[in-house]
Amino acid sequence: MTLDLLILAAADGFSYAGLLFLVSLGLTLIFGVQGILNVAHGSLYAFGGYTAATLAIWATEKQAPTWVLLAALVAAALLVGVVLGGILEIGLLRRVQDKDPVLQLLVTFAAFLIFEDLQRLIWGVSPYSSTEVVSRMGNLDLFGITYTVYQLLLIPAVALAVYLGLLYALRRTRLGKQIVAVTHNREVATALGINAKKIGLITFIAGAFLGALGGAMAAPTTSLVPGVGTDMIVLSFSVVATAGLGQITGAFITALLIGMARSLAVYTAPELEVAVPYLIMVAVLLVRPNGLFTVAQARRI
Amino acid sequence: MARLYDIRVMTVLGSLLCLILGLAFPWSKTPIIVGLCFGIATLGVAAMVRAGQVSFGHAMYACIAGYTVAFLARAWPQLDGLLLILAGVGASLLAGAIVGVFVVRYRGIFFGMLNLAISMVLFSVIGKFYTLTGGTDGLRINRPTLLGFEFERAGFETVLLIGTLAAAIGLGFLVQRYFQSASGEALAGIKTNETRLEYLGLSARRVLWNGYFFSAGLVGLSGALFAMVQGLVTPDMGSWLRSGEFVFIAILGGSGHAIGAFLGAAVFELVKLFAAAYMTGVWQLLLGVTLIFVILVAPEGIIGLLMKKSALATRRGG
Repeated sequence: MTLDLLILAAADGFSYAGLLFLVSLGLTLIFGVQGILNVAHGSLYAFGGYTAATLAIWATEKQAPTWVLLAALVAAALLVGVVLGGILEIGLLRRVQDKDPVLQLLVTFAAFLIFEDLQRLIWGVSPYSSTEVVSRMGNLDLFGITYTVYQLLLIPAVALAVYLGLLYALRRTRLGKQIVAVTHNREVATALGINAKKIGLITFIAGAFLGALGGAMAAPTTSLVPGVGTDMIVLSFSVVATAGLGQITGAFITALLIGMARSLAVYTAPELEVAVPYLIMVAVLLVRPNGLFTVAQARRI
Repeated sequence: MARLYDIRVMTVLGSLLCLILGLAFPWSKTPIIVGLCFGIATLGVAAMVRAGQVSFGHAMYACIAGYTVAFLARAWPQLDGLLLILAGVGASLLAGAIVGVFVVRYRGIFFGMLNLAISMVLFSVIGKFYTLTGGTDGLRINRPTLLGFEFERAGFETVLLIGTLAAAIGLGFLVQRYFQSASGEALAGIKTNETRLEYLGLSARRVLWNGYFFSAGLVGLSGALFAMVQGLVTPDMGSWLRSGEFVFIAILGGSGHAIGAFLGAAVFELVKLFAAAYMTGVWQLLLGVTLIFVILVAPEGIIGLLMKKSALATRRGG
């Protein structure tokens, strides 16, 4: 393997890790507060991507400036996050809150199945993409290889900004502290006067937005086909489980690890590309059964 | 508790229905066998659900058994169908025994995710190693002999139908016995309270391992039968969506009684046939809506509804 390839793989991995982190962060945030692993998160990713591509294609036809194209990506993610996230939380998850955890998991699986067909009905099965914004932002040279600014700088920057912003929000703002309180113990938080229902809704929409944002940011660099959501959900599961459920910093590090490992595999052992994240996950869970970054929890008898 | 009488009547009526339909309308043989296969696989997944664990990776055992059948049938075409099926089940039991040692240490989401991860590794490896496994196109299996007899397609399917039906009834009975045995009750205890189970002097891991081992074998058998009736194995047999379908059927039918798996599978196959005939392209949507409906209206599944009804009837003196 030459040095050029290594740099290329690192750049790929870096950019991919950014996307992976956005999606995984949404998943782990929702798990922290609601205690539900949202299988439909992959659909939010796919819907975010498709909506963003639709908006971007429309904006490109209207000769919109670059910042409008970028704003369209965020707007698409917001739209999907609020609408679909809201529907999911209010229409479904609230109704199964007191049921068996297995049933809660399956409700999101059912929502995933429904979204999967809806997406096919709305956008069809032919590949969808809008690469305009990537070409407008141009390329840059990195130790002799050429890479797009969008992938190498913008995506990681967004991921980093979201990470720091979330850490700040959770530690310093009133709403963030309420979210942390509900994460630790819903009952006690309610007793202290926190509206856990509202917090649940806000977190779910925020998490859904992050999932959709991952899709929207990915839309200009990939072509969207049915099944993108499926691949992403399984992959972000592996990130979240490897990191330890509900661990934000853990998800950040693990997304980087898995993103890098995956793109190295693409160049060195393409047959193993899909398997690498799961191999990492299995290896980690065998040694640390609750993930890399989980802190000890009290046992309830 | 549903009366034993009802279950027996349902079993007899259901089996007769399968046979009459299969013989009267030959096209329906394949869907019926496939439905029974799903039922057998769900028996295994339902055992896990009883322990409060959902595995999003159990389809890998169907895949392992299916590919074992395919590899053997291609290497030695003279091998008998029954031997092939037994070999497939053996392979899945072996895999289940080994994987089980690791996964029984985990509960809840981690149990589900580890199974998912292992099945995804298998799925992607089968899909990528084209020369050995035929990639995503899969491998074709020529129709083997059954118990030394050579059959035409129609006869082969009839024999498979009868065999699968017999296996389904026998296994349903056995699994129900297992559910009611000490080991089976301990399995349900993992869901209720694992710590208390350990205080009784039982190893929860050991109990779960037993259940996992059996469930791998059951899913494996369904995979081997599925491979035989389709004459084709593809990596899709082991996809996580297939695993999800097994869990779906287990919830739909309910894990209160073994027959729930087959009731669930019957409804599942009917929805699938209906969707294929009238609503192509929205089949997953239909499944999703059904699943949400079941969870909201009848979280104990079809068998739970029946039990409630018969409990009411008993109370009224009926």
